[in-house]
Amino acid sequence: MIPRELSAAEAAGRIRRGELRARELVDGCLERCRRVEPLINAFITVDAGGVRAAAEEVDRRVAAGEDPGPLAGVPVAVKDNICTRDLPTTCGSRMLESFRPGYDATAVGRLRAAGAVIFAKTNLDEFGLGSSTEHSAFGPTRNPWSSEHVPGGSSGGSAAALAAGVVPLALGTDTGGSVRQPAAHCGNVGLKPHYGAVSRYGLVAFASSFDGIGPMARTAADAALLYNVLAGHDRRDSTSLPQNGGIPPESLAAPVQGLSVAVPRAWLEHCDAEVVRVFDDTARALRDLGVTLREVRLPSPRHALAAYAVLSDAEVSSNLARYDGVRYGRRARGADRLDALYVRSRSEGLGQEVKRRILLGTCVLSAGYQDAYYIRAQRARRLFQAEIDAALGDAAALFLPTAPTPPFRLGERRGDPLAMYAGDLYTIPANLTGRPAVSFPAGWTSDGLPVGMQLYGRRDGAATLMQLAAAVGRAVEAPRPAPDPSHDGGAFDRRGAGET
Amino acid sequence: MMSRVAHADHEAVIGLELHVQLQTASKLFCGCSTRFGAAPNTQVCPVCLGYPGALPVVNEKAVEMALRLAAAAGARSAAASVFARKSYFYPDLPKGYQISQYDRPLATGGAVRFTGDGGERDVPLIRIHLEEDAGKSLHGGGTGEETRIDLNRCGVPLAEVVTEPVLRSPAEARACVAAVRRLVQYLDVSDGNMEEGSLRCDANVSLRRRGEARLGVPVEIKNLNSLRNLERGLEAAIGRRLSDLARGETAAHRTLLYDEATGEVRVMRAKESAPDYRYFPEPDLPPLVLDRDALDAARAALPELPWERRARLRRDFALAPDAAAELTRTREEAEFFEACLVSLRAELPRHDLAHLARTVAAWTVGELRRVRKERGAGGGEAPVAPGALARLLQRIVEGALTIPSAKTVLEEMARSGRAADEIIAAEGLGRIGDPDQLRELVRAAFTDHPQQLAELRAGKEPLINFFVGRVMRAAGGRADPQLVRRIVQEEI
Repeated sequence: MIPRELSAAEAAGRIRRGELRARELVDGCLERCRRVEPLINAFITVDAGGVRAAAEEVDRRVAAGEDPGPLAGVPVAVKDNICTRDLPTTCGSRMLESFRPGYDATAVGRLRAAGAVIFAKTNLDEFGLGSSTEHSAFGPTRNPWSSEHVPGGSSGGSAAALAAGVVPLALGTDTGGSVRQPAAHCGNVGLKPHYGAVSRYGLVAFASSFDGIGPMARTAADAALLYNVLAGHDRRDSTSLPQNGGIPPESLAAPVQGLSVAVPRAWLEHCDAEVVRVFDDTARALRDLGVTLREVRLPSPRHALAAYAVLSDAEVSSNLARYDGVRYGRRARGADRLDALYVRSRSEGLGQEVKRRILLGTCVLSAGYQDAYYIRAQRARRLFQAEIDAALGDAAALFLPTAPTPPFRLGERRGDPLAMYAGDLYTIPANLTGRPAVSFPAGWTSDGLPVGMQLYGRRDGAATLMQLAAAVGRAVEAPRPAPDPSHDGGAFDRRGAGET
Repeated sequence: MMSRVAHADHEAVIGLELHVQLQTASKLFCGCSTRFGAAPNTQVCPVCLGYPGALPVVNEKAVEMALRLAAAAGARSAAASVFARKSYFYPDLPKGYQISQYDRPLATGGAVRFTGDGGERDVPLIRIHLEEDAGKSLHGGGTGEETRIDLNRCGVPLAEVVTEPVLRSPAEARACVAAVRRLVQYLDVSDGNMEEGSLRCDANVSLRRRGEARLGVPVEIKNLNSLRNLERGLEAAIGRRLSDLARGETAAHRTLLYDEATGEVRVMRAKESAPDYRYFPEPDLPPLVLDRDALDAARAALPELPWERRARLRRDFALAPDAAAELTRTREEAEFFEACLVSLRAELPRHDLAHLARTVAAWTVGELRRVRKERGAGGGEAPVAPGALARLLQRIVEGALTIPSAKTVLEEMARSGRAADEIIAAEGLGRIGDPDQLRELVRAAFTDHPQQLAELRAGKEPLINFFVGRVMRAAGGRADPQLVRRIVQEEI
């Protein structure tokens, strides 16, 4: 029986050495998926046949003495706003319910070339717009640690799949925190690479100047392994950065003594007490490792939030204009005029939160408002970038919580968009500035729910981030095993896992 | 029809917005072919179809061509220009926005020289920028109620050229567009075909009282898909404006559509206000940074521009302005002319150059065009090579061939590819210059037409033409008409 906690690095190693058959590994994952999925609703599409065939191909290559790739046979869950040529890519939306792209995102192509098995498409807030995975047209995803709580969002499906032990690796996307915040709420490692480090070709656009694909895993080492496969220049993405080196595996074991991190202590005024407690514990752990902590002053993150809201809404209103029912996706029936076709298709196909942001975005770009909102927000963005650059100085990283609160309950913030947006207070500044940022598991609430901590890095500092994350990971409370929500008597069942 | 422009109190002020389809092999932001005439929706890909996750990548060749156009116009190329999204909903615009340029275009300023009212002048440009074309909507298909969308054209590169509003009449506007067309053809950036849509023109016109500096409220006219329609559309729009003013109506912003069938314009937009395109910088494309080397290369690679060539032909060969203008309508014809003249000069170095030039010019724009048209060749190769035509013209200049005969020879040259001398010898088309031979034909004609001869002798002068004609016919067009006339007069 393959342990649920098997890391991707370990699995790939065993498969490459012929000690483990990929087919056996994926069969175990498919079985686990079958059991837990009714309770967590993490997946939109699982193609068992395709998964098995891909695994068998890996086994064939190993047997033939061919190099099966660094991720040979490792099942990877892919967030459903990343194009996979043969699987539906729904973006969690009725608009694209049965849409099959016919092409792979560059990141997916790189996974396949590395021998990975594309396991499934995971649930998300529609088009990535959300922080709880409650805004999906295919129902909410539940946190595997507690069925009453959200897994975070918008990459909640990927985070839940990792936490429930279904797969060891997952792709998420991060525009305002959507890789890091669900990683924190589900006890995973989630890395948002520097903007442009991973190609956006095939990532369904939300806010083009903020979007990025990020690796998610249970350990820093696995996340780094996945990052190395994903990162690299892509000619098809004009915002793609030149290749700048990956994360050397040995760097994760290197001591962090002598590094310095900056702390915007004043930002913690927005924090829940439990989060502050874990933050302080983590700070102590960093100091014990020989890291210097230096307090810095930064403008309130609310300014970053406001600028982000205006700019990302503007970009999403533009990027979602193509969903008009004409060429692909949902087309309303019975519309006899063009404007009726547009209005009905979009009204039926798009959810509330999506519509809300499209309206706001259109407004801030429109004549008479653009100067006061869009142009001003651009300026604020540049100013914030300069402030963070100055505060960071020559420190290796900025250290802060990932989210102001632990995972909240399902339904708790659905009716209050501003409360929902406030959950991204600590993650947004990284997207605003393009810097790499990582969330890693750092502790627990008194209820046993995961709490994550965050580091923002320098431009080429992804390796340093992972090095720090790995060091802290070794130092803080040992990770508890991921819950198996389907076990009888498990904590999950007590919290009403049987409800739909 | 008297031009409706002619009005004592007001003058028209016209500006043009031209869209030039750049003749790159692939589209502006993806690798799809731009070839005209393919089956609908076969030259498309996720990028130009606006599929989820697709991203644009700039076609360097399109930038090069646009820079060439900017260099030819003497425009200032921006060190860094910015692409922008222009948003509106229409089925032939897959992304719901067009990638264009807004407040930081590729180039500003510059001018195009053309021959307007009162000679050559320059029309200053406001700007030149790059943008992608939209697809095509074909209305009335199927049941008659359908609109079909063909996205082959979607993403084809366009250079938008905007002139200052300084043109003074519809005729001038027409001449200006003709000059731009000539220029883009000369530069090999576009075939400038208005009927096929590779050169499109919108115009704006306003009226103001003579002597005033301030411009009136402009009206925009669309669907001017030929030079003729441009001129007529402007005339109709001006006439309409004049009527409005005569009725005391204040001028309003309008967009008019020209109707080719009626020659009238009608209001296109119901609303007064222009749509809000919500321009913002394209986040998927970094600023287009100008490569100094690329700009220098573009300037260095400029061919001789139409106005430069006109001036040189007039200066070097003493050609009249009209002839020079006509010859330089296309680069191909101008080059043919020069090659032919050089070849002719080589054989007749002591002959008056201006006379040779006039001869070559006349045949290039006259008979050669006629033969080309008859043979059905569109653009493309001339029916005979420049050197071959030079040999034919040489025989005319030397007096060995009459013009009527030469026309016949040219047709045969085009048909068979044979050389002029070969045909002249084979068909016996050499000029009959022997007066005795001609005298015999004249006498024969006199014998055949005694009535006319009597009348001629009685004093009816015009009948000389009759006999000249008879003799020419009998000689198969190979006799020199002047000589025949002289002999007829001698023989009367």
